[in-house]
Amino acid sequence: MRQIRIGAGAGYSGDRIEPAIELAEKGDLQYLVFECLAERTIALAQQAKLRDPAAGYDPLLPERFRAVLSLCHAKDIRIVTNMGAANPQAAAERARAVAQELGLTGLRIAAVTGDDVLPYLSNGDYRIEETGAAVADVGNRVVSANAYIGAQPIAEALANGAHIVITGRAADPSLFAAPLIHEFGWSLNDCHRLGQATLIGHLLECAGQVTGGYFADPGYKDVPDLARLGFPIGEVSEDGSVVITKVTGSGGRVTPATCKEQILYEIHDPARYLTPDVIADFSNVTVEEVGPDRIRIQGASGGPRPETLKVSIGTVEGFVGEGQISYAGPGARARGELALDIVRERLNLTGVSTSELRFDLIGVNSLHGDRLSGNSGAHEPYEVRIRVVGRTDSLAEAVRIGNEVETLYTNGPAGGGGVTKSAREVVGILSTYIPRHLVRPTVHYVEC
Amino acid sequence: MKLRQIAHSRTGDKGNTSSISVIAFDEQDYPLLLRHITPERVKAHFGNLVAGEVIRYEIPSLGALNFVLRQALGGGVTRSLILDTHGKSLSSALLDLELPDDPHTHEAPAQGDA
Repeated sequence: MRQIRIGAGAGYSGDRIEPAIELAEKGDLQYLVFECLAERTIALAQQAKLRDPAAGYDPLLPERFRAVLSLCHAKDIRIVTNMGAANPQAAAERARAVAQELGLTGLRIAAVTGDDVLPYLSNGDYRIEETGAAVADVGNRVVSANAYIGAQPIAEALANGAHIVITGRAADPSLFAAPLIHEFGWSLNDCHRLGQATLIGHLLECAGQVTGGYFADPGYKDVPDLARLGFPIGEVSEDGSVVITKVTGSGGRVTPATCKEQILYEIHDPARYLTPDVIADFSNVTVEEVGPDRIRIQGASGGPRPETLKVSIGTVEGFVGEGQISYAGPGARARGELALDIVRERLNLTGVSTSELRFDLIGVNSLHGDRLSGNSGAHEPYEVRIRVVGRTDSLAEAVRIGNEVETLYTNGPAGGGGVTKSAREVVGILSTYIPRHLVRPTVHYVEC
Repeated sequence: MKLRQIAHSRTGDKGNTSSISVIAFDEQDYPLLLRHITPERVKAHFGNLVAGEVIRYEIPSLGALNFVLRQALGGGVTRSLILDTHGKSLSSALLDLELPDDPHTHEAPAQGDA
């Protein structure tokens, strides 16, 4: 049976660079996919594009492409990525510039646009999924709105000979489903195959998270050589079954357990995983070890694709200010608690206006609160780090929160050290749904 | 015995909703998970960290459960003031759940099973 080998070269925007080089060199691939776009990333990219029309794509795109383009060109490996973020066409131009720097010719680069639906949201009764409020009521706090587009325009670009396809907000699994649709000629109405294609994409989209990354728990789940973690390869057969594997000799491991964790990762109802391509059903998936670091996964299916597409809305949500300082040795905890009391009183005395405030003892209760931490007050850690964080309407007030922690150096308890402080604007993410017919993806091509 | 002895877990996030898988190392222990790791117990374990409902999905073919916890991430990943904005560490808190002792599954799992 014919097989296609797809590698995952990145699982998020800041991911390691070298595993993709290893995949291009030794993975015997036909496709290399880079998934680099989180919900919030595209809202930030949209803001960058507003400041500079040539910006708004992934800042690591040149570095990633410099690392792999020559290899991919020589070995005829095609690339699919969502590094276009808010500006796929500028990203395609930049990719062409990198290819030219490297002396490559005969490359066709496609940019998929059409996910930006901000103009449509003002006409129509769209509701915020999280709150039930009308999108119109969010008003000028909205900075971006991007619909999740599916595999179709990516497959179209591949059919038209693109060596590199760059999208903006495409659904992550669709980046992987598109090459399968193109290579095997699967119909966009074949729910069974698209369900399995979506499962394959979901297994691969977080890269190292299926090869032993984000898995190790010493003594319980040991993973070798995480500093040289190999990224995954999906060896996909024409019937839609897949073997997840990695380059021999790379770090990490692929086991039934690593695959199960990734199958269920960020899934809600496993029988109804919504993508633009299909409502995938993972509820009968099976996992079988067929060799060392070789796991066969099958049994996904699906129902007809949804008639609406999910839209990620970026909103300006005010500011967050934060400060931290550490205490150690005998009485560390008491001095940390005194420090928190002092900052609490200072924020009151100096009139810093906040809509939400937190006072944490890192090392004692900061992650899960007092009850789950077993924190009765008797626990005496050798060291403790305090953290004060608050939400404000202005940057100036956010800055004052960190400053009040910093002044503990000369005004607070004895022996405090290692202050860090920050103040930042917050971009929040809300969701809505838009009729599919309003979203019209377009593919643009550049050559070199 | 702790849940950690017989199961592993990973947390994911979407907006203000956390999803946490609980996967048996040995699929024969799946009935134990079904019996003991109920949505009511998970909700009670997390207490005020989870303001909304807890839903449990069953995936027998993987020997796994999947929990969906609404209003569990301090307002959502992008705006939460909690240090762990994604709630990534919640899986470790869940593995701390107590199960009745069972001599057959008392040891840490053999590496081959993980």
